Amino acid sequence: MPEHSDAFPRQVRIYINGREVFVSSESTVAAAILTAGECVFRRSVSGEPRGPLCGMGVCMECRVRIDGAPHQKSCQILCRPDMEVITG
Amino acid sequence: MGAACALECAESGLRVSVVEEDVIGGGATAAGMGHIVVMDDSEAQFRLTHYSVGLWHDLAPSLPADCEYLPCGTLWVAAGGEEMAEVIRKHDYYAARGVLTHILDSQSLCEAEPNLRPGLAGGLLVPGDGSVYSPAVSRLLIERAQKLGAGLLAGRRVVALTNGSARFGDGETLDAGVVVNATGTAAPQLTPGLEIKPRKGHLLITDRYPGFVRSQLIELGYLQSAHSIASDSVAFNVQPRRTGQLLIGSSRQFGQHDSGIDGHVLSRMLARAIDYMPGLEALGGIRAWTGFRAATPDKLPLIGPVPRFERLYVASGHEGLGITTSLGTAKLLVDAILHRPSAIPFEPYAASRSVSVHA
Repeated sequence: MPEHSDAFPRQVRIYINGREVFVSSESTVAAAILTAGECVFRRSVSGEPRGPLCGMGVCMECRVRIDGAPHQKSCQILCRPDMEVITG
Repeated sequence: MGAACALECAESGLRVSVVEEDVIGGGATAAGMGHIVVMDDSEAQFRLTHYSVGLWHDLAPSLPADCEYLPCGTLWVAAGGEEMAEVIRKHDYYAARGVLTHILDSQSLCEAEPNLRPGLAGGLLVPGDGSVYSPAVSRLLIERAQKLGAGLLAGRRVVALTNGSARFGDGETLDAGVVVNATGTAAPQLTPGLEIKPRKGHLLITDRYPGFVRSQLIELGYLQSAHSIASDSVAFNVQPRRTGQLLIGSSRQFGQHDSGIDGHVLSRMLARAIDYMPGLEALGGIRAWTGFRAATPDKLPLIGPVPRFERLYVASGHEGLGITTSLGTAKLLVDAILHRPSAIPFEPYAASRSVSVHA
């Protein structure tokens, strides 16, 4: 018997730059950010926009602030309820 | 070191050729923290570092942004009462010699650096200290020397130095009035007999966390670490960079020639840093590396003519203070070449002194 009786992944509510977003609990934070329509994940030292490139935790381009902790690799972290994500 | 000496020579009207086998500002210059610091291990060390920090203050306004000059000061951290006594001693020593410092009690230390662990005894802030990005400064000093007519022989390997002459790997020689050996830990290879040994160090740089650390933080126990000649040692030493990154040190090892990272030493070094600053554990490190300090037995550099050679000079052996003392060393070196009076007594650093080990 699966843990959830429905065949669909659970929906969780997270906040992206203060905006309420509902995503699958099996979604990575990077996918949730893209789904929410954001594409500037962070800024380089010289202020250039950056976003996910490798999707496997190597390139470091997708880093965002999660629950106050800076430089979190959004492509390697799954969404948790009420997570607060800050981009840019 | 070579870059500072070259510029000082050029500014004093000497004709200069710089020979650099690798890149300008490579070697220990690239590996170090770029800390500009007044130190009082000995009266002679104080004089050279104090003199040099003053020269850095003169240079700072003309440094471009890529040199990353940061007047962050040094905060010597006292863990317990015994080290607090050292804070008072250091304060009095500096005050008597015209260096401004501020004594911090436990509470004001917490306010100055909230990420230090609570319960530390206090500290001594030396606001005149700072940091630079040394490779960029080296390039700048060479460029300024070149504008004054200095030549740069890049990619050339010197295999031997004699009185007023350098021999390259291809057999060609370069003759000069004076040759200066400013090759750091390689100095004894070119000038046998110089008492310089490599002292290996590790550093780690983090991602950007602006404001996490405000001053360069060093434990007062650092002095014990730096003094210990026999064994490997680590000390808490964290520096804020202009980019918001943190440089975390430090380690000291003699008898190591392999530039690979020693995982055990790196772990000990980071554990020491986390002990003082628990929040460091959650930060992301980007890269760790090693470098070799040019260490002498009496912890003072070797500057000036090499014994028995009138036209072969040395400027090496500055251990962890090469960037700080480069500017003062360059002045002393050129004072010696031109027989000018020096701003500070030259004798303690004279390459001709008898260097003995102080245990």
